[in-house]
Amino acid sequence: MTTHDLVILGSGPAGMAAAATAVAHGITALVVDEQPAPGGQIYRSIESTPLKERRILGDDYWHGKELVDGLDDPRIDYRPGTTLWQLTRRLEVGLLQGEQASMVQARHVILAHGALERPFPIPGWTLPGVMTAGSGQILLKSAGLAPSAPVVLAGCGPLLLLLAVQYLRAGIPIAALLDTTPAGQYRDALPLLPGALRNARTLLKGLGLLAELRRAGVRHVRHVTALEAEGEDRLERVRWQCGNDPEWHCLTTPLLLLHQGVVPNTQVTRALDCAHDWDERQLAWQPRRDAWLATDVEGIAVAGDAGGIVGAKASAMQGRLAGLGAAIALGRVSEDKTREEVKRLRRDLARETAIRPFLDVLYRPAAHWRLPGDDTLVCRCEEVTAGEVRRMAKQGCRGPNQTKSFTRCGMGPCQGRMCGLTVSELLADANGQSVAETGYYRLRPPFKPITLGQLATAAEDASE
Amino acid sequence: MFKRLSLPDAPAQKTVIVYFDGRQVTAQDGDTIAAALLSAGVEACRTTPVSGSPRGPYCMMGVCFECLVEVDDIPNVQGCQVLVKDGMQIRSQHGARRLG
Repeated sequence: MTTHDLVILGSGPAGMAAAATAVAHGITALVVDEQPAPGGQIYRSIESTPLKERRILGDDYWHGKELVDGLDDPRIDYRPGTTLWQLTRRLEVGLLQGEQASMVQARHVILAHGALERPFPIPGWTLPGVMTAGSGQILLKSAGLAPSAPVVLAGCGPLLLLLAVQYLRAGIPIAALLDTTPAGQYRDALPLLPGALRNARTLLKGLGLLAELRRAGVRHVRHVTALEAEGEDRLERVRWQCGNDPEWHCLTTPLLLLHQGVVPNTQVTRALDCAHDWDERQLAWQPRRDAWLATDVEGIAVAGDAGGIVGAKASAMQGRLAGLGAAIALGRVSEDKTREEVKRLRRDLARETAIRPFLDVLYRPAAHWRLPGDDTLVCRCEEVTAGEVRRMAKQGCRGPNQTKSFTRCGMGPCQGRMCGLTVSELLADANGQSVAETGYYRLRPPFKPITLGQLATAAEDASE
Repeated sequence: MFKRLSLPDAPAQKTVIVYFDGRQVTAQDGDTIAAALLSAGVEACRTTPVSGSPRGPYCMMGVCFECLVEVDDIPNVQGCQVLVKDGMQIRSQHGARRLG
């Protein structure tokens, strides 16, 4: 088994910044990423996107170029198209590239695998033609693909607004933007505005997006309180209600893109059995970390959105911090020598993330968007409804591992990535206990499916 | 559902021919399988093992496993994670994947 000083999972802003910082301190880094090219989702396809007109994707996208260029360093072994299927508490790393599996030993690991879109379980969300806003943006960036008919965007959060504006700039018509931001939250977020002003740049960008939508005359429907996707074998129409008005509105469309924020991807830290905490403000689990972003598993740190949503710029700052942490842990630099740099990083990080409390409160999805009605599917893979999960709670299930055994909820190929948050929250609600008490799925490797044939190649690889 | 934007300043991409359930699909070099299918008007690429309902790509980033297809006789391939190659035989997957 080959040994690497530092293995970094993910080549988004956090992973790339961590690698650059580590090599600057004389550490060689192995960077693995499942995607075919660097950048993570935020800077996806930055080297190859057909959208060369900078205005369309915006300055914050092209900002990633510098980080991606930094990967081109002989001290960084960057492996795209490589899946992490195993990581042990002894820092053994299982990788799969094409049909070839391998195991490597790490001395230090930085997990920088980013975020997922929060589940958005509404009636009909499994119909072909219903996708996420993130997927719409990935298709736009990577392949120059855009909706072929006026699209309906629904939900809340910065990404939804950004995608709407990017579509507008690319000349793509938007049938409607159905905004699920609860009316009262503009008021609730107001007291947090002064703090958010410390990151005025991001705040102004958000206001700019809203203004751009308004100027373009996009049909922006506010205070949407109910939403359904309908169709026989594919999406045909979208129905919604506003406020307390019982009237249903309807639009015919072949494509609905949903989004209600992003949450940390905790699959790997869960499988490692790292301590996690429920963050009530972000309504998500976060691995517990110290000031150096280290988890409670020796040698494993988490940087960027995988540890709690902070956005791309702050993720890169955390990546640098974790890179310095690795250098200290590996004995390449003393903590004393990094003191000034760390102080500066922490100050920048505090300023950059100052906007988060405001955004978290403003775009907090209302309870009924997280706890759907009984007939709505929550587990897409095994087709388990919210009603079945509630019924299991009535029969005595206190946590998601019990409902998993009884209903297969969370046992399909996505391994609970699409239903985990919903199920924990549903059970907590039904049992009148906190989400922290309810807990989350117990996850195990392989993190991604691997065939026995592929697994066998790891043994061959080791015996060579 | 999706169309390719005509972008005057985009570099010309090589065309790649793949097959979906025997039908010829014209894709571009660098497309993932899922992107190629969406651009060719394919909406559903599989049916579920539980109810047999049709599903198509959902997240496009390797999370949801909705875009599972059979590629050159290998079942359960995440279409959004694999790039198209000339001559690739892609098949829709019905119900549970068969055991190899």
